[in-house]
Amino acid sequence: MSATTERRAGVTASPPARTSVRLPSTLRLGLARTQHEVRLFFRERDAVVFVFAYPVIMLAIFATVFGGQEDVAAPGVTFAQYFLPGMVATGVVLSSFQQLATTIAVERDEGGLKRLRGTPLPASAYFLGKVGQVLVTSLLQTALLLVVAAVVYDVPLPGDVARWVTFAWVWALGTAAGAVCGVAFSSVPRSGRSASAVVTPVVLVLQFVSGVFFAFDDLPSWMQSLASFFPLKWLAQGMRSVFLPDAAAAAEVGGSWQHGATAAVLVAYLVVGLVLGARTFRWTRRDAG
Amino acid sequence: MVTTSARADAAVVVRGLTKHYGDKRAVDGLDLDVARGECVAVLGPNGAGKTTTVEVLEGYRRRDGGEVAVLGQDPGTAGRDWRTHVGIVLQSADDAAEATVGELVRQFARYYPDPRDPAEVVAAVGLQDRERTRVRRLSGGQRRRLDVALGIVGRPELLFLDEPTTGFDPQARHEFWDLVHRLRDEGTTVLLTTHYLEEAERLADRVVVVAAGRVVGSGTPAALGGRAARSAVVRWVEDGAARELTTDAPTRVVAELAARWADRGLDEVPGLEVRRPTLEDVYLRMIGEAAGTTDGLPAATGATDAVRVGARVGVPA
Repeated sequence: MSATTERRAGVTASPPARTSVRLPSTLRLGLARTQHEVRLFFRERDAVVFVFAYPVIMLAIFATVFGGQEDVAAPGVTFAQYFLPGMVATGVVLSSFQQLATTIAVERDEGGLKRLRGTPLPASAYFLGKVGQVLVTSLLQTALLLVVAAVVYDVPLPGDVARWVTFAWVWALGTAAGAVCGVAFSSVPRSGRSASAVVTPVVLVLQFVSGVFFAFDDLPSWMQSLASFFPLKWLAQGMRSVFLPDAAAAAEVGGSWQHGATAAVLVAYLVVGLVLGARTFRWTRRDAG
Repeated sequence: MVTTSARADAAVVVRGLTKHYGDKRAVDGLDLDVARGECVAVLGPNGAGKTTTVEVLEGYRRRDGGEVAVLGQDPGTAGRDWRTHVGIVLQSADDAAEATVGELVRQFARYYPDPRDPAEVVAAVGLQDRERTRVRRLSGGQRRRLDVALGIVGRPELLFLDEPTTGFDPQARHEFWDLVHRLRDEGTTVLLTTHYLEEAERLADRVVVVAAGRVVGSGTPAALGGRAARSAVVRWVEDGAARELTTDAPTRVVAELAARWADRGLDEVPGLEVRRPTLEDVYLRMIGEAAGTTDGLPAATGATDAVRVGARVGVPA
């Protein structure tokens, strides 16, 4: 071993060709990547319709069809008000998990990741760019949802700071967990072409079992137990605690909002996703040896 | 063995490189030197180990054995600083469909400490009229020139081009060659892999032929294979039988033949042809020998060439 190292050192004896000029900082490159990624996101028609606009469209459809229902889960709660938290949670999962799992798989398959690997762009700047893109699009999406819900469907938004604090940590943890799990899941599709076919059903099934379309306590209990293993159920429950009156907590399966459990599950996904993502991430296709 | 002084000015030094995929030896003891400012073309059939070798040099693949130094560093462990001096044009990439040409070149320029002017790079690859065009609307040749633009915007000292003109029409290929010549005039070292013998002849100072994971020949395009490989073959028909003579002095052989037929009172030597092996003939023989064929030039190539020479002789001037 040491002999090999010495011989190698012999070959590499020549000095670097040029004294290097200062490399651009990771933070600056992360911002440059964010700007680039956000611009490309809004040019991708599929992403704009099925990631960005989807929860707003679903809110519009459901709130219009079931608009007549009153006193959902608690007295005075309209259907739109009950449906909004589920759509906020869905939007967070789509913008973080589905968006990253799909686009990174496609970038890997198309050779874009390999190309970036051949430049001095640090990996951390690439991921900063992804995080930045998710934050920007997810924030805009949530804001759009709240505005549409409030203006078009007269959903009352919370007035007290405590609820907005809850909203902030549930949203931030959900987005972060979704993003790291998305990076990890991007290694599952075998090609860019199959990426959305592999990723979309996972999210769709989660939406149904996690009770974003129906009241969660109407679901069969085995489905409720299944959903408890996944973050979307907890994300939706956390959002209900923000947008529904406290009386609605009684309608939850656990009889309360379970903030502690919500935080624990989301943090667990964040940690597991981070570890898995860091271990499985590849710059090149699987067949590239 | 390379001396230390030779190494100081080497862009690439490879000694005994090996790389296995399962039981298959993709690269099997390969040596390669590229001097600074030189353009070296690596030729070889599919599966010869060209791309594996280049990807080891680019830092994409780990090697199983051997010594590799690219710009004085081991590409397996080299960092960001090293990457600022290396430009890579991959064999295939179809990413960033929704970005425009100008956006992409400007974006990549930001990754480097001392980039070329993006507008100049776009013009250098002939895409100035496509600056605001989305990448998905580019033709295959334009797409490839964009790949080159992204590879050179960081002002690399060493540029890797992996089969850069595959799928180009002849005009696009000539424009691309002009571009590589300009880069070379600016002092860029180029390591090129290609299937096209003409491309190697036009661009490379030196050609390296790789077969079955090893170098089977190396030299300037004109001298590849050595003097013997370049000997002319004189063919004629005598007494109803085809005759053939391999010689370094074909003019003298033809003069002797002419004199012999003049003695018989004839002006023309029947079936006379003189042919010199092209780079392609030499190349095909090298990879044929590496694959275990020992009977010289493949029959098909010889036949094609004979037909060509025959046709030329047959048409009166």
